[in-house]
Amino acid sequence: MAIDLTVNGTPQRVEADPDTPLLYVLRDDLGLNGAKFGCGLGQCGACTVTVDGRAVLSCVTPVLLMQGRAVTTVEGLGTAEAPGPMQRAFIEEQAAQCGYCIPGMMMRAQALLQERPDADDAAIRRALEFNLCRCGTHMRILRAIRRAADTMRHAETAAPNGRAG
Amino acid sequence: MSDHSPLPLTRRGLLAAGGALVVTVSLARPLPAQTGGGGARPPKPAPGSLAQTPRLDAWVRIGADGAITVFTGKAELGQGIRTALIQVAAEELRVPPAAITLVTADTARTPNEGYTAGSQSMQNSGTAIRAAAAQARVLLAQEAARRLGAPADALGFADRRVTAPDGRTLGYGELAASLDLTVEVPADAPLTPPDRLSVMGKPLPRVDIPTKVTGGAAYVQDLRLEGMLHARVVRPPSPAARLTALDSAAVETMPGVIAVLRDGDFLAVVADKEYRAVKAMRALTTAARWEETATLPGDTPIPDLLRGLEREVGTVDANGEAGTIADGPRSLRARFTRPYQLHGSIGPSCGVAVMGEDGLTVWSHTQGVYPDRKAIAEMLRLPPERVRVIHTEGSGCYGHNGADDAAADAALIASKLPGRPVRVQWMREQEHAGEPYGPAMMIEAAASLDGNGRIDRWTFDVWSNTHTTRPGGAGALLAARHLAEPFPAEPAAMQITPAGNGDRNAIPLYAIPNTRVLWHFLPDMPLRVSALRSLGAYANVFALESMMDDLALLAGADPVEFRLRHLEDPRARRVVELAAERFGWTGAAPAPGVGHGFAFARYKNHAAYLALAVELAVDRGSGRVRMTRATAAIDSGAIVNPDGIRNQTEGGIIQAMSWTLFERAVYDDTRVTSVDWASYPILRFASVPDRIDVHIVERPGDPFLGTGEAAQGPTAAAIGNAIRAATGRRLRDLPFTPDRVREATATG
Repeated sequence: MAIDLTVNGTPQRVEADPDTPLLYVLRDDLGLNGAKFGCGLGQCGACTVTVDGRAVLSCVTPVLLMQGRAVTTVEGLGTAEAPGPMQRAFIEEQAAQCGYCIPGMMMRAQALLQERPDADDAAIRRALEFNLCRCGTHMRILRAIRRAADTMRHAETAAPNGRAG
Repeated sequence: MSDHSPLPLTRRGLLAAGGALVVTVSLARPLPAQTGGGGARPPKPAPGSLAQTPRLDAWVRIGADGAITVFTGKAELGQGIRTALIQVAAEELRVPPAAITLVTADTARTPNEGYTAGSQSMQNSGTAIRAAAAQARVLLAQEAARRLGAPADALGFADRRVTAPDGRTLGYGELAASLDLTVEVPADAPLTPPDRLSVMGKPLPRVDIPTKVTGGAAYVQDLRLEGMLHARVVRPPSPAARLTALDSAAVETMPGVIAVLRDGDFLAVVADKEYRAVKAMRALTTAARWEETATLPGDTPIPDLLRGLEREVGTVDANGEAGTIADGPRSLRARFTRPYQLHGSIGPSCGVAVMGEDGLTVWSHTQGVYPDRKAIAEMLRLPPERVRVIHTEGSGCYGHNGADDAAADAALIASKLPGRPVRVQWMREQEHAGEPYGPAMMIEAAASLDGNGRIDRWTFDVWSNTHTTRPGGAGALLAARHLAEPFPAEPAAMQITPAGNGDRNAIPLYAIPNTRVLWHFLPDMPLRVSALRSLGAYANVFALESMMDDLALLAGADPVEFRLRHLEDPRARRVVELAAERFGWTGAAPAPGVGHGFAFARYKNHAAYLALAVELAVDRGSGRVRMTRATAAIDSGAIVNPDGIRNQTEGGIIQAMSWTLFERAVYDDTRVTSVDWASYPILRFASVPDRIDVHIVERPGDPFLGTGEAAQGPTAAAIGNAIRAATGRRLRDLPFTPDRVREATATG
């Protein structure tokens, strides 16, 4: 069936079996790398993207539910040449080892900070409880998200109507 | 070999040979000895992998346009080796890091440096690249001196140009065009002196991170070749299962299905789109009938299991008269265990392969492209030169996980569909149940104190499988074992080497006059096992350093002071003192239920020194342990990228903390039942400490010692020691799950 959705700001029409998880549509049909296959069971968070601003596990979300929705992957936060605040924070804190889990972490944090720009450390940890990292980069991930939160708050102050990230 | 016949070779004998560091066991040429242990003479740089690959142009090439390409046989595994090797080359070639293009492990392009393992990439490849780059600089300078008529030592280097004092310059490309780089790199290539380093020793942002955080194609999982098909395998449900019946007709007509492949017990499906392959795999799973055999240990306790598998005993160390240590007021005896544990990569293993007219090309996150090529070629009965293996990053592996097996799956499937690129990614349950595990281990340790509160006798008995079943032979590959004409796994043999294996770090580095260390070797592997980060060092250091703490208690000594009492190597003493000082170690008890713990090890007894102090709180009601802070001091020799060392050490501490508090593979008598993150839980953010501090001892000019695995053993021991300090109870069976902590603290 055909499904119309917006991915990283661009309208897309995809032909897919309706039970196909969103993850496979993003990776296989749209050629995006950011969302990763980790478990396919909703246990690890490597596939996290945002849908209408909320963090969603794309490996267990059927694409048929995405009709008319706005999906954002880590590609939607910026580019290597012009990284967005969340990406810049992860680069500045060198918050990756293998990096496989990191886009999922970033999307989880992005959703949190868009909803709660003043999220404290406890709130960040609670939100990230869904996401697994095996390299042990956790301390840096936390630092990067705090840094991104600071940057986004300053950007909000400088441009009240601007949308961080 | 008869049971219990000690091997004549002992590791201490090798270590005692002038404090020599024997880095690898099989070399085409002998390595000159490096001085270790803080000797007074400046160490002579070892040639690293130049021993096997001496030619300069194998490591460094300079194009006529001045483009610099550096080659390494090592692979980026998320440890940051790509960045560190670029730093080394840039330093010696006097160019900015951005001017270097680094080509990593590829059987068609790079030197054969075996496996990227054992925290040896800097020693092997870093040392070789550094010397090759330094020699290339010398040759460029000589050529510039000749052409410009200026003395070589008066030349300046900037912007890939060599400049004479009078301002005339020549580009690297112009110079290289008339240079012969097919020469051997001399062992004494003039390295930049420590006080003139400008790139090495300073943090350089990892070159791979921007791509990874912006959704660039960074992993083998992201490869999308023209016409690529997606395959999934259906694995036997248990290690000895045989496929007895298969009705695949319905699967073959599913949308998008290209082929169902069966060869013996190897079963796979190929489809045009990835999720169609997943659905077809599920259907195929239900269409297959397997005959299963109970070959797994079920609920047999680890000690009974390991004792029952013992077939041979090797002497790892024998020094003085350790004898049998009698029980008494000044002696201790204890048994420690470690369960089977998983690598647990977040991204399941993946391989891409295509059978072209020129042969087979495989993209894999293997740790060893050359050994993997040999195994795949043998499996497919192809000459090795018809197989090319290109390392492409995957999710972090932490040792021998499913990478080689997934590469073999892709290769086997691609070989049956010539011309079509095939991508295979494992499912989560396949990764969990199919990867080789870190072996279960048991240690029985005993020690006694003399009248002065020093350890006088020490025995340490290790029960373990081998920790290395990596490819080389096709029998190491799951797919090859499942073929109708299968390749059996090579029988395991006990090898006692300086680097150690199951016996890694079983010899105490402490000065003890009478010691005996034995490896009770178990050749049979009911669960498939192989290298997991630090091999036997994780359990051995856990046991050894738990004993040290209990002996300190018996001696009425502070644990840090007690360690220093037995440490002669000044570099070992330095990290112990530094970690204690920065942690604020006082020996005083913190609040009730809170404990401080300390541990130390020199990885492999010849690599990086690491000491660690931790603070944790134990909730007796729930049995939950929460580590709040950790302070590490590490000496890994000369520093290339200090932030890389810090990142690896923080990661090692957190990963080992996860192993220590949460992780144990489970299985019944037939099947592995650790099949996802619910049945094999690992650390999540709620358990992450409030802070981890890593202090690096600077050793400019010293040999590289490697970093990646140094924290694994000390972390387990420091946590156990802190639990003991917090509760008065010693836990000796890993992991320290809430049940076990609750049980231990409730009784007695």
